[in-house]
Amino acid sequence: MPEARPARQFVDLRQQHDVARLGMWVFIATEVLFFGGLILAYCVYRSGYPAEFAEAARHTKIVIGTANTAILLTSSFLVAWAVEAARLRESRFAALLLWTAALLGVVFLSLKGAEYAMEYHERLLPGLDFSFASPQAHAVHLFFSFYIVATGLHAVHVAVGIAVLVAVGIRAHQRAYLEAYHSPITVAGLYWHFVDLVWIFLFALIYLPGRSG
Amino acid sequence: MNNWIEHANPLVPSGETAHAGSVDLLFDGLLASALLVLLLLFFLLLRFAIHYRVGNTNADRDHRIQKSWRLETAWTAATLVAFLALFVWGARLYLNLYDAPAGAETIYVIGKQWMWQVQHLGGQREINELHVAADHTVRLIMSSQDVIHSFFVPAFRVKRDVLPGTSEEIWFRPRKPGVFHLFCAEYCGTDHSRMTGRIVVMPQPDFAQWLVRQDVDGTLAAQGASLFRQFGCGGCHGSGATVRSPPLEGLYGKRVPLADGTTQIADERYLRDSILRPRAQIVAGYEPLMPSFEGKISEEEIIKIVAYLKSLGGEGAKP
Amino acid sequence: MSEARNYLTEDNSIRSWLLTTDHKRVAILYFIAITVFFFIGGAAAALIRLELLTPQGDLVTSDTYNRLFSMHGIIMVWFFLIPSIPSTLGNFIVPLMIGARDLAFPRLNLTSWYLFIAGGLTTLYAIFVGGVDTGWTFYTPFSTIYSNSHVVLAVTGVFIAGFSSILTGLNFIVTIHRLRAPGLTWYRLPLFLWSLYATSVILVLATPVLAITLLLVALDRAFGIGIFDPSRGGDPLLFQHLFWFYSHPAVYIMILPGMGVVSELIACYSRKAIFGYKFVAWSAIAIAGVGFFVWGHHMFVSGQSAFAGLVFSFMSFIVAVPSAIKVFNWTATMHKGWISYDAPMLYALGFIGLFTVGGLSGLFLACLAYDVYVTDTYFVVAHFHYIMVGGMVTAYFGGLHYWWPKITGRLYPEYWARAAAILIFFGFNMTFFPQFILGVLGMPRRYHTYPPEFQIWHVMSSTGASILAVAYALPLFYLGWSLFFGQRASANPWQTTGLEWQTPSPPPTHNFETPPEVKRKPYDFTTKGKARAQNA
Repeated sequence: MPEARPARQFVDLRQQHDVARLGMWVFIATEVLFFGGLILAYCVYRSGYPAEFAEAARHTKIVIGTANTAILLTSSFLVAWAVEAARLRESRFAALLLWTAALLGVVFLSLKGAEYAMEYHERLLPGLDFSFASPQAHAVHLFFSFYIVATGLHAVHVAVGIAVLVAVGIRAHQRAYLEAYHSPITVAGLYWHFVDLVWIFLFALIYLPGRSG
Repeated sequence: MNNWIEHANPLVPSGETAHAGSVDLLFDGLLASALLVLLLLFFLLLRFAIHYRVGNTNADRDHRIQKSWRLETAWTAATLVAFLALFVWGARLYLNLYDAPAGAETIYVIGKQWMWQVQHLGGQREINELHVAADHTVRLIMSSQDVIHSFFVPAFRVKRDVLPGTSEEIWFRPRKPGVFHLFCAEYCGTDHSRMTGRIVVMPQPDFAQWLVRQDVDGTLAAQGASLFRQFGCGGCHGSGATVRSPPLEGLYGKRVPLADGTTQIADERYLRDSILRPRAQIVAGYEPLMPSFEGKISEEEIIKIVAYLKSLGGEGAKP
Repeated sequence: MSEARNYLTEDNSIRSWLLTTDHKRVAILYFIAITVFFFIGGAAAALIRLELLTPQGDLVTSDTYNRLFSMHGIIMVWFFLIPSIPSTLGNFIVPLMIGARDLAFPRLNLTSWYLFIAGGLTTLYAIFVGGVDTGWTFYTPFSTIYSNSHVVLAVTGVFIAGFSSILTGLNFIVTIHRLRAPGLTWYRLPLFLWSLYATSVILVLATPVLAITLLLVALDRAFGIGIFDPSRGGDPLLFQHLFWFYSHPAVYIMILPGMGVVSELIACYSRKAIFGYKFVAWSAIAIAGVGFFVWGHHMFVSGQSAFAGLVFSFMSFIVAVPSAIKVFNWTATMHKGWISYDAPMLYALGFIGLFTVGGLSGLFLACLAYDVYVTDTYFVVAHFHYIMVGGMVTAYFGGLHYWWPKITGRLYPEYWARAAAILIFFGFNMTFFPQFILGVLGMPRRYHTYPPEFQIWHVMSSTGASILAVAYALPLFYLGWSLFFGQRASANPWQTTGLEWQTPSPPPTHNFETPPEVKRKPYDFTTKGKARAQNA
């Protein structure tokens, strides 16, 4: 069994598992700072142009955005379930769950792509023939710049996550994980949950302003 | 230009301005503290390195201590106290720079690649030179046409970055006549090191004559009045306008209630922001109808219009 | 001593080196890379100092000069200083010092080297096709709109290298937390590890902010998104806040490892445990923590509010306290010690002197009203070179000499090393002390041409630089010589404490025959006696 022995720098499998998890948490910390910097810049401009950002936010596609949120939340649920299944040595079932979650990720990206296409036709994407008829065009341009950078970066992270889930799913399907060592699934799960969490923040900041009341 | 060197001796307070003198005193204080620590440390390091060298077996090495809460607390506390004193000293002097004293004479400065443009209120213009009267407080309102520059007069110990899209203020009161370096102190491209000039301080009567001798297209305010017409501002803000807009007579220096419930003083920055970003601060009771002139108006034109608006009266509207 | 099998002799093919996951080999790969970058950055410095011999700009054009100082800064900061101690000495020594067989993630370690090389090649390519002229600080809107140079390329190179930093920091944090030998509690760790741990926390938390900032600069320049452009509603000051939020902690990334090395050196060459171990250990953590809250001291004249100025000035004074604590404790360590003058100790003493001068000059800069006068002048240039070069590079050389026997299995020639150390000290002071004077006289920085009254100080500085250049080249020769002809080293030539000295020099690939166990305090010299191998 490939995972039966720990790698040479480790004393035992438990240490290897601890190390993998700590490593992923530290990595998540770096991602928090990465997206955090972007979100901070967004908040600075939003406090400077509250009305314009609210106006711009009303042009986002709330239906697609909400659907995508539901899709990611569901996929996170499936991944959490997969970790538990792996713990109970239900390797094949865990693989199925991981692949379904990956599939939902693909649906997310497809919807995102459709959304971008629509916005491109409405000339809302900065740098790509942007045009907005209003004296507030500058601020709207800024809003959509944040929109595309933030959701674009997030989409890249989702794509990486999909690849990871598929790969880990394949290993799980091959019964590569014993109960004693399934940290790749746990660690992949942590990453996926984080990507989901970032989306929640982006959804709230991008789609929801200007829509209440 | 030899007098530039004699004003630059840091150990002797130059006193070109009162502020410069205070800054030099602060420098002396900082230097004294630093030298104290440095000499003490060097003395100890040298002494230990020599006295306790391997070759000296006679040195007393009994009763070595590995740690001492008392010592750590003592030198940490001493350091903190010294630092806090220096902080307060520097902070108070710094805060002085933020508010020009009353009665200051305003002059406008535009920094652009790679020159300084100066506009006196009477319409006198200078390039890379600033003439002022000795023993008078001068207040510079500065902005940039392009990138970030920095207005630096070493002799007066003052410096302030000059930004595009907003204006910054600096003030000084030269005590006596002289000629001083003006440098750009924020890297701004190819000729950053050639964006230099002179501050020429003249006795008041000479300065008054200098002002009169310059070629002038009319005072800054008069030029601003014609720009006011040229840009069509009177269409909304003039008498007989069909659009309801905030009146500009007597506006300068007044407290303006804004639509979001806050109030703002109508100073130079408020006026410039109203021209460039009118929606950022909507006056209470008015519709947000004013278009932005961002990108359509140069720094020079803004300065002239602001000067004109100030001439329409208001609190503290003395130029 | 015979040539036993060690990490160097085991499989010497190029492929084994380029695909290695052995932390010791990765350290060597980094060492070669950063040495190359050091000399490239040094060449730029040489041209700068040559040009500044005369007030007129007569050696190169202004555009070239501006590119020279920009590339000097970019290469020295990101491709030499930031990786230097962590990626070379850290990579080599950390697993040995904690009694482990390797870092937590060996393959990630190799990946980080490849990322470093990719970033470095991108930046070198940017130089090759014309360079960038924004300064290493990339201030907007000059960098996003007005510069006619290869901003996007340069920024991309740094962006890629940033990931190398992040992965190294991640590796160290996890390794130090989880891979310590049995009995090696936190308070038994050598101080080098406390410093590297603090450094790694900054690497991991600050570098991502640089990444997103540079990404936004590249996008602003390429697509005109306008985030830093006032004519499009953006704010150039936002760039400065974001940039310095990373770049100030970055300077602590650069100095903390040096401080860690100095702790090891002072202890070893005083044959005495570091005085106030816990204070020195926690001061590293304090510097890392407080260092995140001082970034605005780079912006006292930028147009930020007076209130912000007050807060940042206050915090900047606070952050200086833990550094002072270290200096006091190192000095106290030497009291009643057995001091020897080997080259590493000369470097350590040089560090304390030069770092103290640099740190004290930092007080002048933390002080609001005085900073208004000297910011953006040569005073700042002198300040950071005293700390980065006088401090960090000196500590790097000290550590390099100290661990040279362990890394290479050879002793370096002691008298040449001492001569170089002393020459570096004098050359350095002659180069950079006149720059303090220039700053106090009001000479701005990044000036291609300057008023003639400043010339005398520039001539002094450039003369010092020529001495410094020779001094820095010396180790290249005698260390290189020692690789082939140096006396072979025993496992513990300095007869000092630390797990890395309990294994042969050079170590075998797996580091330890039997995993060590730690039962004693750190720097416990009581059983070591006073005799030491002299290696003149």
